Amino acid sequence: MWEYTEKLKEHFFNPRNVGEIKNPDGVGEVGSLACGDALKLTFKLDENGKIKDAKFKTFGCASAIATSSVLTEMIKGKTIDEAAKVTNKDIADYLGGLPEQKMHCSVMGREALEAAIENYQTGGRKKHELEGKVVCNCFGVTEKEIERVITENDLTTVEQVTNYCKAGGGCGGCKGEIEKIIEKVQGDKAKAAAVLAHPKVGKLTNIKKIQLVQQTINEQIRPALRAHGGNIELIDVEGNKVIVAFRGMCAQCMMTEFTLKDVVEAKLKEFVSDSILVEEQGDSTKLPHNHRG
Amino acid sequence: MKTIYFDNNATTKVADEVLEEMKPFFCELYGNPSSMHTFGGQTGIKIRHARERVAALLGCEPTEIIFTAGGTESDNTAIMGTLMAMPNKRKIITTRVEHPAVLTVCRELENHGYTVVELPVDKQGQLDLAELENQIDDDTALVTIMYANNETGVVFPIEKIAEMVAGKGVVFHTDAVQAIGKIPLSLSKSNIDLLSISGHKLHAPKGVGALYVKKGTRLSPLMLGGHQEAGRRAGTENVPGIIGLGKACELAAENIEAENSKVKFLRDKLENAILEKCPDCRLNGDKQNRLPNTTNISLEYIEGEAILLMLDKYGICASSGSACASGSLEPSHVLRAMGVPFTAAHGSIRFSLSRYSAEEEVDYTIEKMPEIVNKLRKLSPFVVK
Repeated sequence: MWEYTEKLKEHFFNPRNVGEIKNPDGVGEVGSLACGDALKLTFKLDENGKIKDAKFKTFGCASAIATSSVLTEMIKGKTIDEAAKVTNKDIADYLGGLPEQKMHCSVMGREALEAAIENYQTGGRKKHELEGKVVCNCFGVTEKEIERVITENDLTTVEQVTNYCKAGGGCGGCKGEIEKIIEKVQGDKAKAAAVLAHPKVGKLTNIKKIQLVQQTINEQIRPALRAHGGNIELIDVEGNKVIVAFRGMCAQCMMTEFTLKDVVEAKLKEFVSDSILVEEQGDSTKLPHNHRG
Repeated sequence: MKTIYFDNNATTKVADEVLEEMKPFFCELYGNPSSMHTFGGQTGIKIRHARERVAALLGCEPTEIIFTAGGTESDNTAIMGTLMAMPNKRKIITTRVEHPAVLTVCRELENHGYTVVELPVDKQGQLDLAELENQIDDDTALVTIMYANNETGVVFPIEKIAEMVAGKGVVFHTDAVQAIGKIPLSLSKSNIDLLSISGHKLHAPKGVGALYVKKGTRLSPLMLGGHQEAGRRAGTENVPGIIGLGKACELAAENIEAENSKVKFLRDKLENAILEKCPDCRLNGDKQNRLPNTTNISLEYIEGEAILLMLDKYGICASSGSACASGSLEPSHVLRAMGVPFTAAHGSIRFSLSRYSAEEEVDYTIEKMPEIVNKLRKLSPFVVK
């Protein structure tokens, strides 16, 4: 059960400004059915350039609906410049706080507002679109967006980033990259918060090496593959040669996007030893496939 | 405000009769069953009676019952215990729709070098038995497949599966936590080797469960320590819990008819009314092979947690497979495995009834549901009018 503030519940049960303005001055849309929440914001200006009316339509949980409702209340009477300064934190604060895992609802509100302002200013796109490099493919979150939530909310951990913008909340394959972005933005602050997974050891016994290879596969490689219906199995370790087999959908991924072998090898070199070489087991197609279909 | 409890697959009310039987075992008969004195030893006799009652419900021998701390421990013991007893075999077959108490264990074992096959399900939530048969090989240590699904209520043809698995000489475990007390089941002529049950799903308290271990099945203990449960599960017995589970099993046997007539009637009434009164909704799961108490319905364009909160305002307790309701960002793994579109999975809602559910409660919910759905759809940007 979520610990929602009374104010949030009040806005959920009695949302203000529901609907769509006809002939609006600005329209902003974010999210999708697949993501689990979506918001369409419309506003109209008065003769002095202040927001006279704002309306919303939201698909989502109680906190998504309540944040949309307060957003419309907050921006009414503001000029475009003033409205543009509203951050996700302002929205959350207005509600008396949001559960940490629901902070992404406030970010969705801010994104819709931005899209609507941009639509007003340029007459251009109404949809919040992806700009720059996409880091989280599951939820379509860009590097720019991740940097922004880190800066505006002073985030230091991957878990926080997931709570604020969903990045990393699907397959988890981008968590390493998010960690690097946090380090880039926050510098030493992030280093203090982050725990190094496993520092590379100098001399490895065979047993230690096998354990480290298995651990790296478990923690660094498998989660990303699994999300796409694939899997990897450690077959054997001979000296520095690591023999693996790919299962399920991975064979297809290998042919299209990137060579999994390279990714696996790079990770093992990074976490185990620079001299690791990866080989795919020759006859893997005849072995049972996990996660078929 | 009166609470209308339609979340019995999550947990159930402790039956009054169960509580009555448990009461003396807290402050009066608090002895340790292992003690030599009469004061402690007499509780050992009560545990024996409880074991007989559980065995009677399952149609097995009392010696085939191990008491545990609940469904999760029973599942963990069955899976890990079987693998430990069979160190030369490295493959486990399960399904994509298992409860986390099974699925998480299997995925962790994968990290220890085991091969885990997660069988897919079709749109109805049913398995392809030929696919299961193909997957069983000489390296397979265990097949673990749930009896009935907690989210959709879909019942698998477990006896048929057990027979096939036994024919291949592989150990078969089933998580029957949701099935016990809801559908008739007898282990007397069954090929099931291991079966998990949980107390709090059948009107016994939380913190107690049992694992059926067919005579002759090799199983290493998970909990080590004292000699309790014939060395198969160490730790001083949860005496009141075990007494409660015994009584709950006796009551379940008495009520199994009502479960399949009265409870089923109420579930059908609720389900049919919602499907009829709320446009753009769909039933999730195999309508024919299903628990009598469960219904899982998806409502398009709206989100499950919002529905739950609206219901909560009227005192109605239900559950949802939406991402927000679970605290994760992705909707139910069960609905996704069934190919339910994301949109419908986010708007799914589960009602699970019990023998304590009343027709007025169903009628009240039928009255409120269309109102709630309409209210949320008015907010939804995906509803175009």
